[in-house]
Amino acid sequence: MIRDPNFQYPFLIGTIFLFAYLIIRVILWYIKLSKYDKLRFIHFWKTKSVWAAIRDSVADGLLHLSIFKKNPLLGYMHMSLAFGWFLLIVMGHLEVIADRHSLNFPFYYAVFYRYYQPHPDFAGAKVFGAVMDFLLLIILSGVALAIIKRIRKQIFGMKRTTRLKTFDKIALASLWLIFPLRLLAESLSAAYYHNGSFMSNTLGEWFIQNVRVSAIYDLSWWLYSCSLGFFFIALPFSRYMHIPTEIVFIFLRHAGIMPKKYWNSYAQIQMYSCSRCGICLDACQLYEAGVSNVQSVYFLQFIRNNENVDKSLFGCIICGRCQEACPVHINLNDLRTALRIKASKPLTFSYEYTQKALQQKAGIIYFAGCMTHLTPQIKFSMRRIFDFLGDNVWFMDKDKSICCGAPLMLAGQYDSASQLIQKNTELIMASGAKTLILSCPICYKAFREDYVLPGISIKFHAVYLNEMIRQGRLPKINLGFKTIYHDPCALGRGSKIYDQPRYVIDSYSQRIRLKKEKAEALCCGAGLGAINLPIEAKNKVTFEAMSYFARFKPNALITACPLCKKTFARDRRIPVLDIAELTARAIDEYVNEQKKTVRETRLIES
Amino acid sequence: MATFDFLEIRHLHIDYDNLDQELLNEVIREEPSFQWCISCGCCTATCSAGNHTTFNIRRISLILRRGEVEGLEEELKKCMLCGKCTLVCPRDIQLRNVVMNIKKIILKKKTA
Ligand code: SF4
Ligand code: SF4
Ligand code: SF4
Ligand code: SF4
Repeated sequence: MIRDPNFQYPFLIGTIFLFAYLIIRVILWYIKLSKYDKLRFIHFWKTKSVWAAIRDSVADGLLHLSIFKKNPLLGYMHMSLAFGWFLLIVMGHLEVIADRHSLNFPFYYAVFYRYYQPHPDFAGAKVFGAVMDFLLLIILSGVALAIIKRIRKQIFGMKRTTRLKTFDKIALASLWLIFPLRLLAESLSAAYYHNGSFMSNTLGEWFIQNVRVSAIYDLSWWLYSCSLGFFFIALPFSRYMHIPTEIVFIFLRHAGIMPKKYWNSYAQIQMYSCSRCGICLDACQLYEAGVSNVQSVYFLQFIRNNENVDKSLFGCIICGRCQEACPVHINLNDLRTALRIKASKPLTFSYEYTQKALQQKAGIIYFAGCMTHLTPQIKFSMRRIFDFLGDNVWFMDKDKSICCGAPLMLAGQYDSASQLIQKNTELIMASGAKTLILSCPICYKAFREDYVLPGISIKFHAVYLNEMIRQGRLPKINLGFKTIYHDPCALGRGSKIYDQPRYVIDSYSQRIRLKKEKAEALCCGAGLGAINLPIEAKNKVTFEAMSYFARFKPNALITACPLCKKTFARDRRIPVLDIAELTARAIDEYVNEQKKTVRETRLIES
Repeated sequence: MATFDFLEIRHLHIDYDNLDQELLNEVIREEPSFQWCISCGCCTATCSAGNHTTFNIRRISLILRRGEVEGLEEELKKCMLCGKCTLVCPRDIQLRNVVMNIKKIILKKKTA
């Protein structure tokens, strides 16, 4: 018994439009990938990574497990909407198949099943009805949470809500309406035919007693179909584009495609994958310091809306805390750098003036970098360590230091940074060295990512020290203090070096374990990524981080970054040492003890 | 007696009634901390670029204050944006942002 076969058109038009749009979009994205990325992607389908990609698509795209782990309520909201809806579609189709014993029905039939089938009397109809009602209930609870979150966010908490574009509003309104309207339509069906289950039948009874059902019955199905159609048409132009994009992103990520320094379609895909869950807000120390326009969720929104992004793009420290927290695993740091490069006009810099340092042949090169020169104790300690080990080390930038190029890169000045990179590369390659040692993690990251130095192993000093201790070339000795280790952003989150520095510190002192450490370590506030961040905000970040450390009452704060050291040392609550200084102290202590024992044995002998 | 006249050597004068402080003001608008410079020279002492050349970041702020904007662009090409100056400044002046802004504004003026 089919009364009005026309109301499916809004839904049909929306669905067809959405699929056509998505197919074209994905093809365009693919075409714009670089040649190598295309090859990677083609090869990917022959590998086992495909399964990992499928697993992640289900876990993150449907179940939203990553959000769930970070914030269960938020996770439930996303899960109920995404997974609930998915199950509703699947179960809906199974129900129709069970009813008709065939696959031959138009695909929208399942969507409006309660309309087309007033008397489901196949085996299991009751069970299906209950399941469908249950799923709808779950989704409705998700919608309710979404509404509460939106309203509450504006009443308290959220310092700034992102401006919704027209399409966002349409999409949001239709998404929120879809499920209540479905409930309404199905309940009205149930009012007539009693073909629903616990929820729709109960509501239906209420309707039959209080409302003239016949007057609004067809209308309700029309509205339901329209809400679906509107949502599908608005989706590509709204933030809900993240739903399909995230799946594409997961597959490309598993194909091993890496973010680049320039803005490409992979970067664009990442940008669209942001679900605006807001988890990055909690991770950002600047948010507490009163800066509320740089956080990833906002900055991605500004970019998508083509708003003026100067402040939000260049005001962030690029500490990477938000990247680590992001449940979608967006490479936020790289995205920012690429965007900075894209947004910056090249401001001419020229380093023709740099005099070539006296070229030396050496097996090991030590490059201190600007920041280590600013904290001379670190470079003296390095020299002390090298002397003790007796290694032939060429201190490459002993007198005339030139920068590694990272600060220029972070400021979006790619060409100028390349000039410095070129100069350093020439010097290093001409030396014939096999190892390059760095005591600044910012340099280290730059050398690893932006330099091409074939045949040279690039080592961070803490890693080198760790090796030396393990080989027994450096002594293990307890200096008798309680320490805290601070993971520098560029070393920890930036280069994933967490354990070696800890091993070195444990060899010399008693290290207190923190809750906020490793990937969740705090930022010192002075990172070179911040170009136009007000100094007050930086100082606040430093102060808060130091207050956190001070609670543990350590004798010293050990870090592995000259910039962190310089920044933290200004706050005089805890003495700050670089890991090289700690090691140099241990060497001094060891040498003194050796002398003492030699003297004592001589005394005994004489 | 040969004329001995301070007023003859015009190019060394700073005419405080006729200063071109547009650039300075624009920079201060973008980076307000810049107005607190006391010309102490700590920034210059530590400067990575200054280690190689006569580049003098403290002079840049002096030049700006005097409105002598010619030659500024050429001079500022030498900065490596390393940020040491910012870290040593006793008045917490964000010199990296100052350098960036001077360059940006000059470029904007040139292309406008
Ligand atoms: S950037 Fe990541 S953490 Fe932030 S809102 Fe987007 S998806 Fe969530
Ligand atoms: S990179 Fe750091 S400073 Fe920038 S938005 Fe993320 S958490 Fe905040
Ligand atoms: S260190 Fe600061 S106050 Fe001193 S001259 Fe440089 S900018 Fe001015
Ligand atoms: S940022 Fe520029 S001016 Fe400042 S110390 Fe480095 S090279 Fe010198």
